[in-house]
Amino acid sequence: MQALTNRSKNVVDKKMTFMERIYLPAILSGMWITLKHFFRKKNALNYPEEKRPFAPVYRGWHVLKRDAKGRENCTACGLCAVACPAEAITMEAAERRKGEEHLYREEKYAAVYEINMLRCIFCGLCEEACPKEAIFLTDRIVPSDYVRQNFIFGKDMLVEGIDPANRIDVTVRQKHIQEHKTGSGQ
Amino acid sequence: MLILLFDTALILEKSILVIVLFLITLGVAAYSTYGERKVAAFIQDRLGPNRAGPFGLLQPLADGVKFFTKEDFMPNAAERWLYILAPGAFMFVACMTSAVIPWGTQLTIFPRPVDLQVADINIGILYVMGFTSLGVYGIMIGGWSSNNKYSLYGAIRASSQMISYELAMGLSIIAVVMLTGTLSLKEIAAQQTGFNWNIWYQPLGFLLFFICSLAECNRAPFDMAECETELVGGYHTEYSSMKLGFYLFAEYINMFISCTIIATLYFGGYNFPGVDPGWLGGFMGPIVLFAKIFFFIFVFMWIRWTIPRFRYDQLMHLGWKSLIPLAILNMLLTGAGVLLFEN
Repeated sequence: MQALTNRSKNVVDKKMTFMERIYLPAILSGMWITLKHFFRKKNALNYPEEKRPFAPVYRGWHVLKRDAKGRENCTACGLCAVACPAEAITMEAAERRKGEEHLYREEKYAAVYEINMLRCIFCGLCEEACPKEAIFLTDRIVPSDYVRQNFIFGKDMLVEGIDPANRIDVTVRQKHIQEHKTGSGQ
Repeated sequence: MLILLFDTALILEKSILVIVLFLITLGVAAYSTYGERKVAAFIQDRLGPNRAGPFGLLQPLADGVKFFTKEDFMPNAAERWLYILAPGAFMFVACMTSAVIPWGTQLTIFPRPVDLQVADINIGILYVMGFTSLGVYGIMIGGWSSNNKYSLYGAIRASSQMISYELAMGLSIIAVVMLTGTLSLKEIAAQQTGFNWNIWYQPLGFLLFFICSLAECNRAPFDMAECETELVGGYHTEYSSMKLGFYLFAEYINMFISCTIIATLYFGGYNFPGVDPGWLGGFMGPIVLFAKIFFFIFVFMWIRWTIPRFRYDQLMHLGWKSLIPLAILNMLLTGAGVLLFEN
């Protein structure tokens, strides 16, 4: 029969030599290997303090972006909800009143915006569907919880803060999506 | 009156020494658990415990608190009193051995010289052997009284392993005794001045003794008594809370004592070339001895995280068919050597 790979080894049941039978040389060489590992650079991270950057394809906890002036980008058009294969997104639209121009970029905004994180499959179709670059999937991990109700994330969990320190950086992801849309990414 | 005063001072001195030794033993055992986890982690390219305190140095304390606050569970069908007694017996026996070890020569910083040995009995090494053999009772009683099949298996394995390896251990010690002509650990240590260590005369004996002490401590690769893959937890399967803590702790104490005996018998005890154990008011001896002990504790851990566990029949083969004949051969060679060179 032809071998499937060239990596297979012939197994021979040969008698061990005296040096092999007294084990000690093998044990010492094994201890030399573990000693080398003892002084090697460690791969482990101190997780919550140190984090490895995620790849741009990673799709985690959604963010609803604001523009440079701190106004919400979302106009509650509903395209994301339509695009969503898991039907995880629901929203209620409202009209912007006088004096709210600093909060919402356009005349219509989402008064209620909810994503059910247990339904969401993190496919990223919502951010592809969005015409206003309002929703992005970030590299943040969705926190765990004991209660199902708490997984329905409202605007309090989704919209980023106005304060520059509370903004969530999505430039890497944004670039990735642009490349994906124009087909230059591959 | 004078004699009475003298004796009071002696009793006081020995009591303080006992308490200090006890504390040091517990401290070393506690930090061996931390060291073990760090060594394991480093060998496996990990970081090890580093959350409790700086570098995780408070980890043993956290472990202790955890042991004390866990539910103290006892199986319904257990032999109640023996079940409670066993961990205590194991711990007690483990702590007893340190009494005859010469930790140094003498402390000279006090009004009168203080011997750094609790009891200088002339059969020190026999005493050590006797108490290490008693150690198996803690395991046996614990395993049997738990009324659990796995525990019983672990206990039986431990006892047969200890009996098998004690023979080779005793035979390799006999060679040392023949060489030094004394059973007193104090004299054995005192004879190995400078670099005149017993290891140069007894390399085979040392190797046998070392392998046997790994087996006596129930350490990997000979940890058959608590072999997790086969026996759940071995003899301490049914133990929880601080009773389990006692067992684990006593194992580390045993390891510490084993390393001390190895250092004393074969590596010159408190002697080191170019270093007088009387320096620093006599504290240099213990410092040198502890450096050697810590080195051997590291070697014990290093071996544990390198070599996989032996199979039980391999263990018995090694003990009865290799180590005991080799130990007898070593004894004969030593006898011949003593006869040729010392007469």
